[in-house]
Amino acid sequence: MLEILLDATVRAGTPILFATLGAIINERAGIINLGIEGLMLIGALSGFAATFASGSLLLGVLAAFVAAFIAGSIHALITVQLRGNQIVSGLALTMFGIGITALFGRGVVGQTIDGFERHAVPLLAQLPLVGKAFFNQDWLIYFSFLLVALIWFFFYRTRWGLELRTIGENPAAADACGIPVNRYRFLAVACGSGFVGIGGAYLSLASTPMWIENMTAGRGWIAVALVIFASWSSFRALFGAYLFGGITAMQLRFQAMGTTVSAHILQMLPYIFTIVVLVISTIRLQKGASQQPGNLGLPYDREDRK
Amino acid sequence: MSLAFRVEKRDQGSALFRSLTIIASVLVALFVAGFLLLAAGVNPAAAYLEILREALGSTYGISETLVKATPLIITGLAVSVAFRMQIWNIGAEGQIYMGACGATGVALFSGLEAPLMLPAMFAAAFLAGGLWASVAGLLRARWQVNEVIVTLLMNYIAILLADYLIYGPWKNPDGYNFPLTAQFVDAARLSEYFNTRLHSGFFLALFCALAVYLLMERTIWGYQIKAIGSNPAAARYAGMKTGLAIFLVLALSGAIAGIAGFSEVAGLQHRLQHGLSPGYGYTAIIIAWLARRSALGVIIVSLLMGVLLVGGDSLQLSWQLPVAFAYAFQGLILFFLLAGDFFINFRLRRVKEDADA
Repeated sequence: MLEILLDATVRAGTPILFATLGAIINERAGIINLGIEGLMLIGALSGFAATFASGSLLLGVLAAFVAAFIAGSIHALITVQLRGNQIVSGLALTMFGIGITALFGRGVVGQTIDGFERHAVPLLAQLPLVGKAFFNQDWLIYFSFLLVALIWFFFYRTRWGLELRTIGENPAAADACGIPVNRYRFLAVACGSGFVGIGGAYLSLASTPMWIENMTAGRGWIAVALVIFASWSSFRALFGAYLFGGITAMQLRFQAMGTTVSAHILQMLPYIFTIVVLVISTIRLQKGASQQPGNLGLPYDREDRK
Repeated sequence: MSLAFRVEKRDQGSALFRSLTIIASVLVALFVAGFLLLAAGVNPAAAYLEILREALGSTYGISETLVKATPLIITGLAVSVAFRMQIWNIGAEGQIYMGACGATGVALFSGLEAPLMLPAMFAAAFLAGGLWASVAGLLRARWQVNEVIVTLLMNYIAILLADYLIYGPWKNPDGYNFPLTAQFVDAARLSEYFNTRLHSGFFLALFCALAVYLLMERTIWGYQIKAIGSNPAAARYAGMKTGLAIFLVLALSGAIAGIAGFSEVAGLQHRLQHGLSPGYGYTAIIIAWLARRSALGVIIVSLLMGVLLVGGDSLQLSWQLPVAFAYAFQGLILFFLLAGDFFINFRLRRVKEDADA
């Protein structure tokens, strides 16, 4: 029973995990991206369509990354090069994503593909309790583990990562060091968006291997909130995403058990939970130990340097 | 000779230049959206003509445009009030639903008579929307919790709550199990005009615009909102209670959005049903952004959006376009508005390659 719940937790948490990681990369560079929901949808549709056309899941994942990378580039262009309002641009990206996927998704509605299958990791899958949940999963989930570690390594063990963090903290100082601020920011927004797209593709290639209009159902927004919970750290993002996955798994379990509580009320739980988590982590953030990039949400203009 | 540009700040330019930039942005957005339509197998020229014909080509079309503009004006005002203080109310969608729930509760269960019923429904909607948004207001004022995320997530909760009522306790017992509440009695309906669906909610919306204008431009409270919005530190130094103001402005913003819920159920749908609002609360964000600081601007932009929505509905029928396609339009318009802002605030100056790098 607990094993099944844990397995469902990981599977429900993985799309959010990818999205949260992508959002962290954005915000580390100092750019808020509220287009996560739209990017996930773009990733979900392009991933599904590419796999449906080619039969290859790998191509699907790549297509999801590339499509979300391109869509994210719009946000990057507007917020970085054109110094536009990051909140409005992100909302526009979400609206655009919802609309454009509804339009172009009509062609593949009702189609099915062979989604990602489970592959057990030898030995590790035999571990009691956690073995099945973490090591009898599909390739995308294993990739998400790797990505968590890679992002940590990138930010804390590479020069590029350090430079990117500097840009998020203080772009003027980074500029003075000769770091090309705008180019880094653009790439961070676009690449981060690409990973968000993979999160969407997890929904359409693994969770339910089909395309459903608006299938993300607010997960992108939950990811935006989890970034704050995660204090912009990839390992904490893993924890946050699974916490959310756990709530979703329990909610589905309750529904399957046929409780008398209305399904509509149960479906509210993840959103309520996310708000509670957001409040707690915001309060904690203010009590010091803040990891929030110092220049988050502000455009950088060399002429404004003080 | 290469094409190198340097970005320079400039004054915002004249009001005429700004307006022209906005109009140009919208036109470019429509042009780009044309390519999307083309890719979806729809002739864009025919589609745009159809939008204009459907929305403005007949008395009925115009009345429908006004019907669509009604909730847009009210929610656009709601969002713009908060905007003035640099507070983002992305939750107007949910607040519409809460307002509708409040009004419906009174309509179905209060048993009030004609002169009292509508005011009571209005008050319930105003309170429900206001209370819903004040959660985000409290969290923001007390702990600086990001109001964008809270108001947005609460949209999902509000819509689920309305669904719970419609599918559960408030379902019409004589409704053959359809997810609808019972129809409102006549006392709970706004008057309709000219044998169309145009109802007095439209005049209520215009009245709201006047009230918001007077509040913002003619009261101390409006002055404080603007002062806090433009410089919170200075406002605090001047002794203004910014926390309280943030709480109140979000509550007011939600209450205004709640009025839109009242107007929709009392004026148009006469019951609470699923899909009450096809995203008016999100369109309201664009309207508030486009209209910038003006209540009159909200009315004008809402009417234009009304045209787009009425025309979009007809495209759905004739070309089988999905409802959500309107969002792609709106997203594009926002993108190009932001890009247009750049050209208002900055100037590109061509520099020679051999000049300073």
